[in-house]
Amino acid sequence: MNTLPQDFFGRIVFIIQKYGFTLIEGAGTTLIIALIGTIVGCLIGFVVGVIQTIPISKKDNIFKRIFVRLIKIVLDIYVEVFRGTPMMVQAMFIFYGSAIMFNIRMDMWTAAYFIVSINTGAYMAETVRGGILSIPEGQTEGAMAIGMTHFQTMLYVIIPQALRNIMPQIGNNLIINIKDTCVLSSIGVVELFFVTKTVSGAYYTVFEAYSITMIIYLIMTVFFSKLLRLFEKKLNGPEDYSLSTTDTLAYTSGMLKYPDKEVHHE
Amino acid sequence: MNEIIKVEHLSKKFGDHEVLKDINFSVKSGNVTCIIGSSGSGKSTLLRCINLLETATSGEILYKNENVLTSKKISSYRAKVGMVFQGFNLFENMNVLQNCKIGLTKVLKEDKEQAEKESLYFLEKVGMLPYINAKPRQLSGGQKQRVAIARALAMKPDVLLFDEPTSALDPQMIGEVLKVIKELAQEGFTMIIVTHEMAFARDVSNYVIYMKDGVICEEGSPEEIFNNPKREETMEFLHRFTNL
Ligand SMILES: Nc1ncnc2c1ncn2[C@@H]1O[C@H](COP(=O)(O)OP(=O)(O)O)[C@@H](O)[C@H]1O
Ligand SMILES: [Mg+2]
Repeated sequence: MNTLPQDFFGRIVFIIQKYGFTLIEGAGTTLIIALIGTIVGCLIGFVVGVIQTIPISKKDNIFKRIFVRLIKIVLDIYVEVFRGTPMMVQAMFIFYGSAIMFNIRMDMWTAAYFIVSINTGAYMAETVRGGILSIPEGQTEGAMAIGMTHFQTMLYVIIPQALRNIMPQIGNNLIINIKDTCVLSSIGVVELFFVTKTVSGAYYTVFEAYSITMIIYLIMTVFFSKLLRLFEKKLNGPEDYSLSTTDTLAYTSGMLKYPDKEVHHE
Repeated sequence: MNEIIKVEHLSKKFGDHEVLKDINFSVKSGNVTCIIGSSGSGKSTLLRCINLLETATSGEILYKNENVLTSKKISSYRAKVGMVFQGFNLFENMNVLQNCKIGLTKVLKEDKEQAEKESLYFLEKVGMLPYINAKPRQLSGGQKQRVAIARALAMKPDVLLFDEPTSALDPQMIGEVLKVIKELAQEGFTMIIVTHEMAFARDVSNYVIYMKDGVICEEGSPEEIFNNPKREETMEFLHRFTNL
């Protein structure tokens, strides 16, 4: 089983038998970096997006206003820098640059998770900001009118709705990350693309090896795009509701007594 | 009688557009005050200033003799002054029951069980008990507004503000909402109601304020305003409305 078959399918089978496990391992690495990077990136995006939508009113004291402004400027710079440069360049810059400039020896894995997360965070920050701004003003006013603080309004009313609205973009980001982790091969991360390069080089089976890899990437991206679609549906909740009682008396008021236990909130 | 809310020399400017000019009035506990006036006269802005959704430019709003414009306890004041909006503003991500409960558990810090009991009580009061599992988007306008009233009531406010609660509703749903508000009036709830429903205003209120171009043009008992208006402008306004 060591001679290379001549036909395309024969070679595919040969590669799968010889390197199948290695390829799957590479795909696993790709997936885990993409998943963790997307999750952490979303968290970063939510924190940054929420901070960027903090309203500054003239009534707040001067220190708070300056402080919030300053943080917003720093976050703006973060977003622009990481959205405005290629991830591959960021990878080289952070992994090799940090070693040379600051003598920080980041291990390859830390660098990989860091780069994907921070990159996704920059994209998600803008998405979250847009998602928050797209929720009608009335939702905030309804919350304010029952005495919710800005933080409570965000947490219970705005963010859940914004999250639902930006689910498609989160899915999009995950799929982009599954594909774009291949740039991490430039700092030596043995993910799917790195493995494929090695495999194709061993027997000069570039076309066959990359055919397999194309399919693996496609399976991963299609799987997650369908999965997220399902999740979106679940977030929407049921399309109908059941009336909580069929008793027609419930339509007229006066059945329930006000709960005995009086609560005082002075 | 004790005045629960007192507005003094209230003014509100958007840029250099003065929308409210030297507004003075007070609301007695247990009374229903209706504010009428053509659109653009500043009625909503006045209610929003009272609820602190807008920041008044100058003047004072006294709640139980304390100026709320300089107070630090904005959230607890808002919890005591409920607001019902023209556009309902129900939380779209929550079902009917959750809409009522959230303020009780998160703002008033009641335990879940108590909050649920109270929410059910108020939802029943507005006739929405069968719909507790529905999301706002699954309800009609009239149903949404009744839930919004229950949500406001559940906070056990001292005053309820209504900003044209029936203006976004189809004619056949206006009645069901007005009926709920009328019942509240009979129970002695303190309310300030902005409305274009003149028959309702005359029926339900103890005091009527007619606003025009950002000032209180005329005020008095419903009999005075609707039967014997003193000002030319009030007559014209009422004339236009009764001839619709
Ligand atoms: N946020 C705002 N910015 C600028 N102008 C506003 C704003 N809100 C209301 N106005 C203006 O204030 C005036 C009064 O509006 P409003 O209080 O809504 O009147 P009403 O409720 O009586 O119809 C209108 O001329 C309106 O254009
Ligand atoms: Mg209005």
